[in-house]
Amino acid sequence: MRIHLSGVVVDDQQKALRFYTETLGFRVKHNIPLGEHSWITLVSEEAPEGTQLVLEPAGHPAVVPFRKALVEDGIPYTAFAVDDVEAEYERLLAMGVRFVQPPTDLGTVVTAVFDDTCGNLIQIMEEKAQP
Amino acid sequence: MQVHDCLSWTVTCKRILALDYHLDIYRAIADRTRRVILDELVDRSGQSLFELCSRLTMKHGINSSRQAISQHLDVLEAAGLIRTRREGRSKLHWFVGAPLKAIGERWPISTDDNISNPPEESIPQ
Repeated sequence: MRIHLSGVVVDDQQKALRFYTETLGFRVKHNIPLGEHSWITLVSEEAPEGTQLVLEPAGHPAVVPFRKALVEDGIPYTAFAVDDVEAEYERLLAMGVRFVQPPTDLGTVVTAVFDDTCGNLIQIMEEKAQP
Repeated sequence: MQVHDCLSWTVTCKRILALDYHLDIYRAIADRTRRVILDELVDRSGQSLFELCSRLTMKHGINSSRQAISQHLDVLEAAGLIRTRREGRSKLHWFVGAPLKAIGERWPISTDDNISNPPEESIPQ
């Protein structure tokens, strides 16, 4: 068994598509119109055959209070791995991305948290080499 | 009318609670977890509950629940040692050192050696 799909619930699929591809740099794997919404999945340039990220429309009423509570407490529900958090932070900051938490050294990992402009906080993390 | 009564009662309770805690900054800093929370807020101002919990777990091995940390933050806020502010849709926390001045004012630290090191005979047996 393998992990095939993971998802983020987004306010606006087209806006999210732009942010996740143009700003974050993911590649579109599927973009299939299904009436009001689309089936959109993305992959990393570094792993085109890897786990796909679904941009899920935020249609369900339960999504609203759930995401509000997460964002209020600063909880990122989704995390992406990067080689260098500090470099990625500088790159995204220059592109106007708003960080809730700048790069923070937590011992075994370095993490940072940003706002994806579509209703979610996203964590980027770098695992430090163990001595 | 009922809503109004209920509201003013809540406000009164909060004021009494705040007053009580405000007088008692000693209680607020008597707990190790709360002292570590202040250390981490001094390290970086404006943290979310999530960031604080991450730091407590990863840097200090404090694995208290998010609810428990939230309650510690309430005590610190009531004592005036932290303030919260909304940034975007997130609630962030800041350290406020001003209430700690009361400790130094109550027991001034003398720079006079004669007073810092009292003569032998003045120490009660």
